[in-house]
Amino acid sequence: MVSESKPQSREIVSDVQRWGPATGRLLAIPALERLPWWGLILIISAIFVVYSVLVSANYQETLLFLADGIVVTVQLSVLAYALALVLGLITGLGRVSKNPILYTMATLYVEVIRGVPLLVLLIYVAFVVAPVLGLRDDTLRAILGLGIGYGAYLGEVYRAGIESIPRGQMEAARSLGMTYLQAMRHVILPQAIRVILPPLGNDFIAMLKDTSLASAISVPELMLLGRMNNARTFRSFETFTLVALIYLVMTLILSAGVRWIERRTSGGR
Amino acid sequence: MGDSIIEIQNVDKHFGRLQALNSVSMRVERGEVMVIIGPSGSGKSTLLRCINGLEHVDRGMIIVDGIPVTHKQTDINKVRAEVGMVFQLFNLFPHLTALDNICLAQQVVRKRSRQEAEAKARNLLDKVGIPEKADSYPSQLSGGQQQRVAIARALAMDPKIMLFDEPTSALDPEMIKEVLDVMLDLAREGMTMVVVSHEMGFVRAAANRMVFMDAGQIIEEATPKELFTNPKHERTKLFLKSILHH
Repeated sequence: MVSESKPQSREIVSDVQRWGPATGRLLAIPALERLPWWGLILIISAIFVVYSVLVSANYQETLLFLADGIVVTVQLSVLAYALALVLGLITGLGRVSKNPILYTMATLYVEVIRGVPLLVLLIYVAFVVAPVLGLRDDTLRAILGLGIGYGAYLGEVYRAGIESIPRGQMEAARSLGMTYLQAMRHVILPQAIRVILPPLGNDFIAMLKDTSLASAISVPELMLLGRMNNARTFRSFETFTLVALIYLVMTLILSAGVRWIERRTSGGR
Repeated sequence: MGDSIIEIQNVDKHFGRLQALNSVSMRVERGEVMVIIGPSGSGKSTLLRCINGLEHVDRGMIIVDGIPVTHKQTDINKVRAEVGMVFQLFNLFPHLTALDNICLAQQVVRKRSRQEAEAKARNLLDKVGIPEKADSYPSQLSGGQQQRVAIARALAMDPKIMLFDEPTSALDPEMIKEVLDVMLDLAREGMTMVVVSHEMGFVRAAANRMVFMDAGQIIEEATPKELFTNPKHERTKLFLKSILHH
């Protein structure tokens, strides 16, 4: 699969260079018909960004100013998602548990968090929960808020994954003398993870976009730096075009990754 | 009292309003092969699943090898490690190879080393006649091969009792024999077996005693010879007629 897609993309780049984007002849080329639309957009935006930055001092300066924000956005996404994965797993296990206390706690968490807008949740965590815990750092507060928010969504993803595994699997594992948790760990979860990898990837993309909400609690991520740059230079067009494009490029790269995972998990068995 | 390894006393089991088991009592001796027959929905599988605690009984008592399964304080996992179970739909772990299917519980439950578990697994694959399939995934095996791996997986725990829940009813006809042969070997080695099956060839060759169940009750209990030649109850007669004529 990997060896197939590599030469294909190289071919595409050379095609684009030969004919240039958006000429009618592009679609007639067989290699490009196989190319998904987002791949085209990805290539075009990448070319546009590189070109703009290369020719324009304004863009260069803007990109330089935003660079730190990109790093913070990536850090924020990865760390908050890691927290969400852990919270989600615990929640998912609680949601399928027969223990009424665990089940109720997990359900309560999911219903409450899903019913509150993420922006409200972020601000609530930052100004109500974090001070109680003694958390001062803005980025840590955002990680906590986003992690708690997405943990609830991921909990439902885990639950669906676990419930998609036939009951006979748990029975077979238990009949061999495994405890419930051993059966979960060695039999159910390894199978469930394969099923939920694509939705987990999609939620990662969604979270990456939602990190922009952290600008509201003064985390110096991409969006906040964009607003600061706008306030500083009044170059709204350059600033927000670049901000949007950077988010777009990041999510398109990730969704290419998710598609690759989807193909791998649905193909091999 | 003899040397009974499974003792079932007055067991009741309901699923909602449906009474799956109605005051069932049964005793299985050590080394005995007991076959349970009966129409579908008669409670055969439920009874089997109560023996290793996959279903909880509403009333009554089940004692397996001296341990009361139905007591709340009993560590059911200890009992299950001694009681192997083979399912109608095999229930192999699809993400693991045949070898790993057999090794997993040995390592997790019996705490055997990988080498020890693997040696045992290869031995058992040899015994069930498919040593070359060690590295195959369940999806790459035929039904008969999958069921033989499932039997090997249960045997790897060195169980004292083996439960078989319609082990051949999901198989194509030409694969039934290879599974029954493995079961016959086990019976000859003196394994205590409780088998839910309508394979009359196996019954004739291996069963010591038979139980006929209908509507959650044990209607009749006898040796295969008695049951086939001289069934006492009308329902038994009707049922035997229906399964022997085809």
